[in-house]
Amino acid sequence: MSAWPQSIARVIRRTERPTATEAAPVETAAQPLEHRDVRPIEISPNDPIVAYFQSAPGAVDLDDLELESPALEALREAGVKLAVPLVSQGELVGLLNLGPRLSDQDYSTDDRKLLDSLAAQAAPALQVAQLVRRQEAEARSRERIEQELRVATTIQQNFLPRELPDLPGWDVSAYYRPAREVGGDFYDFIELPGGQIGIVIGDVTDKGVPAAMVMAATRSVLRASAQRVVSPGEVLGRVNDLMCPDMPAKMFVTCLYGVLEPATGRFTFANAGHNLPYVRTGDGSAELRATGMPLGLLPEIAYEETEAQLEPGQTMLLHSDGVAEAHGPTAEMFGFPRLQDVVGARSGRGEVIDRVLTELGRFTGAEWEQEDDITLVALTRHGAAPVARARGLDIAFQVASEPGNEKEVSERVAEAVAPLELPPARLEQLKTAVAEAAMNAIEHGNESRAELPVDVSVRAFDGELVVAITDHGGGREIPEAEEPDLEAKLEGLQKPRGWGLFLIQNMVDDVRVSSDESTHTIELVLRLEGGGNGSD
Amino acid sequence: MEATEFAAAVRREDGVAVLALSGDVSAGAENELQRAYGEVVTEPVVVLDFAAVDYINSTGIALIVGLLAQARKSGQEVRARGLAQHYREIFRITRLSDFMTILDEEETE
Repeated sequence: MSAWPQSIARVIRRTERPTATEAAPVETAAQPLEHRDVRPIEISPNDPIVAYFQSAPGAVDLDDLELESPALEALREAGVKLAVPLVSQGELVGLLNLGPRLSDQDYSTDDRKLLDSLAAQAAPALQVAQLVRRQEAEARSRERIEQELRVATTIQQNFLPRELPDLPGWDVSAYYRPAREVGGDFYDFIELPGGQIGIVIGDVTDKGVPAAMVMAATRSVLRASAQRVVSPGEVLGRVNDLMCPDMPAKMFVTCLYGVLEPATGRFTFANAGHNLPYVRTGDGSAELRATGMPLGLLPEIAYEETEAQLEPGQTMLLHSDGVAEAHGPTAEMFGFPRLQDVVGARSGRGEVIDRVLTELGRFTGAEWEQEDDITLVALTRHGAAPVARARGLDIAFQVASEPGNEKEVSERVAEAVAPLELPPARLEQLKTAVAEAAMNAIEHGNESRAELPVDVSVRAFDGELVVAITDHGGGREIPEAEEPDLEAKLEGLQKPRGWGLFLIQNMVDDVRVSSDESTHTIELVLRLEGGGNGSD
Repeated sequence: MEATEFAAAVRREDGVAVLALSGDVSAGAENELQRAYGEVVTEPVVVLDFAAVDYINSTGIALIVGLLAQARKSGQEVRARGLAQHYREIFRITRLSDFMTILDEEETE
């Protein structure tokens, strides 16, 4: 072993396989290197020496070799005299490079035998080591991708609202489901002075951490701007100007921002290239139109501002691309028209977000892997619960919860339905039912707290007259009404009271009751003869 | 629209006690109805005259039920007259008319 060469070159061999471009440096040192000036030698995969080494029976004397090979030149220059190819499974995995013997003698036959048997054992071991290293590198890169996804998801979710705003007279719901490779969807609610609320939905055109960062920045800038100016168009203009200088290349943000006045249903909004919201109206659904450039493309853009009126019973849906651009099994897209149809479907019952997700699930099938983030935000204004085709009759009012106000409700409803020219007996029945329902709302639902309003809406559509009476008695159990039994009452076995609901049920054609967290609504339905135009 | 104050006047017609009711028969009527009924509680027959009543609600019905229960205990007969068509219907639906004689307009005039 003392005859071991002093000068050892490291050889880096590049192969055609992409994974091996992470060069596999072969250290052949058995003793410390004394000459550190030896530089690695690269052998190009198409150098003829590769083929030569691959088929060489053993150690190769470089001095004797005649080949047009840049690598050979380099090896010789590095002082290599003898190269021992390390070949495993027909593949050249490395070289053992030896300089001149210290004794200045040539390598002996014994030396060569020793080197050959060493190479025969080292080559497979080296190949295994290279494989392991390659796999480790791949695992690290996979782990890095997963980690990046986790980071993006965390950023994203930290910047989405933790809770929904409590808007009197409105139901607010939101849904967010990230795709595996997180997109840049976001939504936000911003409390503004005077009980107004800013509503944001947006989408960054990219995925992963970069999109999440831009999303977080947009949200913060938007929040700050919304506190300073009220006009949604101006807010988007400011956000755009602030974002433009720092926006990474090829990225931009689509965003719709609007201000809702909960008391009146007025929604003022501006749009920076985002999908248009849909409103579920009496006879289907409508698109709220406003156009503008996405944020971050060009500075000093003026954003057009549009005003919409959301009526009682109407629902507005804000949505991101993830729904309309979802593909079905036949590569067909879900599409905006289908989404708008789902929102407006006449038979649609239940919450609009649930209906959209159900339809989407049906469309894409069970095997679907979500392509993009899905974000949905829905706002429903209380009132007549079923969105009705209003045919000239659509009236809403409020009364305070004071004793006796049920008569006022009853009279005002009677006035409201005057155009329907109900037969007098029907009108009397309706008045009794309305007064009873209003009395329940005042005394039980609102517990006679004068500051709580009773909301009343009167609508006629499709041959039905619907009077909806809403109180703030939601979120609690409504005791099961006992069927009044006059004999039992006369015998003192039942209390004399308890006629309200019984009367209501006997006065109108249908009674529908619904509750949510905060409100309770009773709808009194009269079927109108003659197709609902009251001409009977 | 305003609630109309309830009143019950006690009268006698051919020896029959009549409670002439006016105003709203609702929660606010309770004391006045009890007071007036107290005056006729021992009579064999009591006629409730609804001619001046144009609003009866479920609480008012409960008051009449209470009055009927008292009358049944003492074997008193209760009649009603002057009911608008709508309230005659309600008395029928609630079966109040099974326990009191509803006099038609012709019979009461």
